[in-house]
Order: sequence, then structure tokens, then C-alpha cells
Amino acid sequence: MENEMTEDALRPVVSVPDSIRVDLQLIASLIRPGSRVLDVGCGDGSLLRYLADRRDVDGRGLEISREGVQSCLRQGLSVVQGDAEADLGNYPSGAFDYVVLSETIQATHNPLAVLRELIRIGHYALVSFPNFGHWKCRLQLLFKGRMPVTGSLPLSWHATPNIHFSTIADFVSTCNAEKISVVRRYSLNERGQPAGFWGGEPFDNLLGAQGVFLLSTSPEAAGDFIGPR
Amino acid sequence: MLESGLSIAPVPVAYQTYGRLNDDKSNAILVCHALTGDQYVAGKHPITGRLGWWNHLVGPGLTLDTDNYFIICVNVLGGCMGSYGPATIDSNTGEQYGLGFPVVTIGDMVEAQARVIDALGIEKLFCVVGGSMGGMQVLEWASRFPDRVFSAIPIAAAGRHTAQNIAFHEVGRQAIMSDPDWCDGSYAKVDKRPRQGLAVARMTAHITYLSEAAFHRKFGRMLQDSSQITYGFDAEFQVESYLRHQGSTFVDRFDANSYLYITRAMDYFDLAATNDGSLAKAFENTEVRFCVIAFTSDWLFPVSESQEVVKALNANAANVSFCEIETDKGHDSFLLDEPEFFDVLNGFLRGASKHRGLPSR
Repeated sequence: MENEMTEDALRPVVSVPDSIRVDLQLIASLIRPGSRVLDVGCGDGSLLRYLADRRDVDGRGLEISREGVQSCLRQGLSVVQGDAEADLGNYPSGAFDYVVLSETIQATHNPLAVLRELIRIGHYALVSFPNFGHWKCRLQLLFKGRMPVTGSLPLSWHATPNIHFSTIADFVSTCNAEKISVVRRYSLNERGQPAGFWGGEPFDNLLGAQGVFLLSTSPEAAGDFIGPR
Repeated sequence: MLESGLSIAPVPVAYQTYGRLNDDKSNAILVCHALTGDQYVAGKHPITGRLGWWNHLVGPGLTLDTDNYFIICVNVLGGCMGSYGPATIDSNTGEQYGLGFPVVTIGDMVEAQARVIDALGIEKLFCVVGGSMGGMQVLEWASRFPDRVFSAIPIAAAGRHTAQNIAFHEVGRQAIMSDPDWCDGSYAKVDKRPRQGLAVARMTAHITYLSEAAFHRKFGRMLQDSSQITYGFDAEFQVESYLRHQGSTFVDRFDANSYLYITRAMDYFDLAATNDGSLAKAFENTEVRFCVIAFTSDWLFPVSESQEVVKALNANAANVSFCEIETDKGHDSFLLDEPEFFDVLNGFLRGASKHRGLPSR
């Protein structure tokens, strides 16, 4: 599958009022117009809505919370109330061009199984997660000896839904071990702006509060992809 | 030709329409009624004088907006509100068919509806929607005529009738058949009606339509007339009196044999069985937009049964939405004033209308 460089991708990623979260804008910019997208853990449907309105995407959502499902349905979006870990197995292989999992993988019981499902169902998977290797996390652990509480990880250890923390470096090594190609990797700071050197390596594991990965199992797909660097 | 192999003709079918069919005939919504419902969805029912069963959903400016959509509802095959059923007079004998009426299926009901849609010149329905047995018909429509359905909303439904559902129906049928006035189904000939049996059938069924919480909220253990129990068998508790009332009003509007035939049709419903044992196969490569709706306290058509349908649709990467509506009102919730349910219907219909190029609220 080819990807074109899109207009949004050329622009620096900045926050637009009345628009979606900047990390979601980055994800949206990586999705080819007119494609089929499954947004796992789609929340209130803001990404799906954005993709439908601006990129003519045939989108579906999977969401566990009743409020999120209601919100999606009220907007006329297609969403299934369900649990990613239990329900992804029902989807056929290669059913979607992209499967998106934003800020959710760290809250799953079995992230590896979820990752495998994403890459099975979609030609590409788009995964974002909070980076535990961010310098603020490192400093808090080093100097305070306490579990980090930061802008992107605002809750205390006992209240956080996040049960499987990882760093960008961890994630890369897991992808390598799973033979999943990392087509693109980005890191964003706490305001969702590109962190460090245009959000890329090196130092993304230190400077990024959030990692955004475009993954694929097929090396050709990885080679064909042209997107923001 | 019926699924049982018998042929029937001619088949009179009664239906009601609301709103106006647009010029390209793209705004038709087929509403499928439940077991004891009928085609009088909205407005005053000509026989009972009561308002239609979805009067709060069908009308100008309502969810099924008659200013935008053309609403059709067909009395099911086997029914007793004008369509071909056991109470129809057999022209050969001049008597009601009674048990001489052939056993029909949900598929047969849908085939009969399709003839109505043909007669109206409609190639593709914008939407098929219904609850309970109506939801079964919706699933059958989407499976049997995927090219004739743009969107489908099965509500409080299932891809099959469960063993427990069949069991409850059997209790109802046995109540009717053990009433001496049933006369082996030929009660019309001797000018009788199995009122008692049909009323008991309805009472049993009515319990399954509610939930423990709903019963408790409505009646608790409250007594009907006295403040103390009287140590007898009159309808002392309010809930008893309520059920007796439900039973006795039902027999005035429903034919006992129709009840036997329609419950049987539901029992036979199993979309997986008719598709090589695979519910997913029933919806192979479907392009229909689905919105599956279930109610959390529905124990007759539980959420898990709707989830099976959703799984089968997901296995085809179908365009499906699914939502559990939180309510304690049980199976009958689809007939009641449930704002969350209406929101979902509105949102889905708005989205589907946009994709179909239809105006919507």
C-alpha cells in the first residue's frame, strides 16, 4: 500500500483550537485519506470524527466505556461497545488499513497480545503511549524515589489505570523481538509538540513524554511509506 | 413457497404506512413488530383505541421522522391483524384455518414483507428496524436480502431463540392447548375462545418482558385492596392483579392460534443453523450498516446474545455499531421511554441518512 505525503503532514504539528489533541493530529496525518481505520479505545470519537470529516476515512471504533460509545453514536460514528483485549480476536486479518491504539496499550493486561492483534487486523498499526523514559520520570525516580507524576502521567500509583509502563526504547526492542517493522517513530513533549530534534531520534527516549509509532509487519509497506519525518 | 416446503397463495398481507415515499424511493424504513405487536405503530389503534406501540418514536419531528422518512409496518404472516394467519377464513371450507394453517418461520414473514416492498416499488430499504421478534426479522432481512437493506437496527434481539426462550413459549402454548375452550384449535367453529389459556400464556410471557427490579419498583409486595393479607387466593398482591389485567385485556385483541404459530416461528429462528452452523456466514461480506442495541437488564434476549451477533458481524469487518443501554426495565425497554436508547437511534439514523444522502433531523 502506498502512502502519500499529505498536506497536514507538511505542516508543523501545532494545537488548533476546537480541534483534537495534537498527538491525535499527528496520528491523523499519518493516515491516508479514504482508508479504512479501526480506532481501538476510541473514547468520545474525536479522532474518528476528525478522520471522517477531514480525510474521508471509513472509520470504526471499539470502546469500553458507555459514555464514550454514546458520544460516538450521537455523532453518527460506527462504534462497538467492547473490550479490546477480549474482542479484537473477532476481527478478520487485514480487515483495516490502519488500526489505531492511542494512549491505551499501557492500560492493557496483555500488551503483547494486543500488539499482535493490531498488526494482524491492520496493514499498519498506529500506537501511542506515555514514555516512562522521559527525563522528568527519570529525575523523579532518581531524586524523589517516588513513582513519577507528570503532565502526561498525572495520577498517583494507586489511581492510575496504567499497569504496563514502557519506555520508547522498550517499545522498539519489543517490536524488534516481534519482527514488527517500525515504519515511523515520533516523540512528543507534554504539550504534544515534537520533542527534541523534530521528534525523532536520537534522545527521543529522554526528551519525549509520549511515543507515537507507525508499525507494520510487512517490510515492503515500511519501504513504501512516505510521511512526515 | 414456505420454508416448510408448503406453497400458499394468495397471501393477503395487511400493512400501514406513515409519511411520504420520496421520488427516488430511497427513504423507506421498514418497522418490524414484535410477537404481540401489529402494524399500527403510531396513532390511535383502530381496534383497541390505544396509541401505537412506537407512537413516541414515529411521527413528525420524532426519531423515525415522518417528515423525512416513509415508514412501513407489515402485520406478520401468521398474525391476526389482517394478514394471512390461522384466523383467516379458508375459502374452501368457509371456516377459519385454525390448525390447518401451515407453520411459518421468521424467514417466511420476511419473504411476505418483501412482497409488500416490491409492490410499493421500493428496491432498497433505507432501514429495517425492530425489537425482539422484530429484531429477528431485521437480522433475517439483512441476511436474506443484503442488497435491499442499507441499514439495520436489531434491538433486544438475538441470532437464535435460546432453549430458555423456547421453554417459556412452550409453557404459553401448553396453557392455551390445555384450555378446554381451545377445542383442538377449532374454537371459532363452536363460537368459543380459550380466554383462560391465552391469558395465562400472556401472564407468563409478561413476566419475562420485565425484570425483578422493574417488578419491585412497580409493585414491591404491596397489596391491592387491604392493608393486611387475607389468607386466600384472590389477587391480593398488586402484582397479581396487574398480571391478571394484562392477561384479560390481551385476549380481547389477540387470537390464540396466532399466538401458537408466531411463538413457534420464533422458536425455529436460528440464523447460524440456516447458514451451515455459522452466524458469521449469515452476514458474509455484508455492506449493510448495523446498529445492534441491547438492554442491560434484558434476561430474555440478553446482552450476550446481541454480542454474538456483533461478533459475527465483526468477523466480516462489517460496519457495525453496538451499544448496551443501561436500564433496569428488562426486555420491554425497547417499547418504553428510554432517552439513552432514543439518543442512540437518533445518532445512528442521522449518520446513516448522511451516507444515504437523505435529510435528517
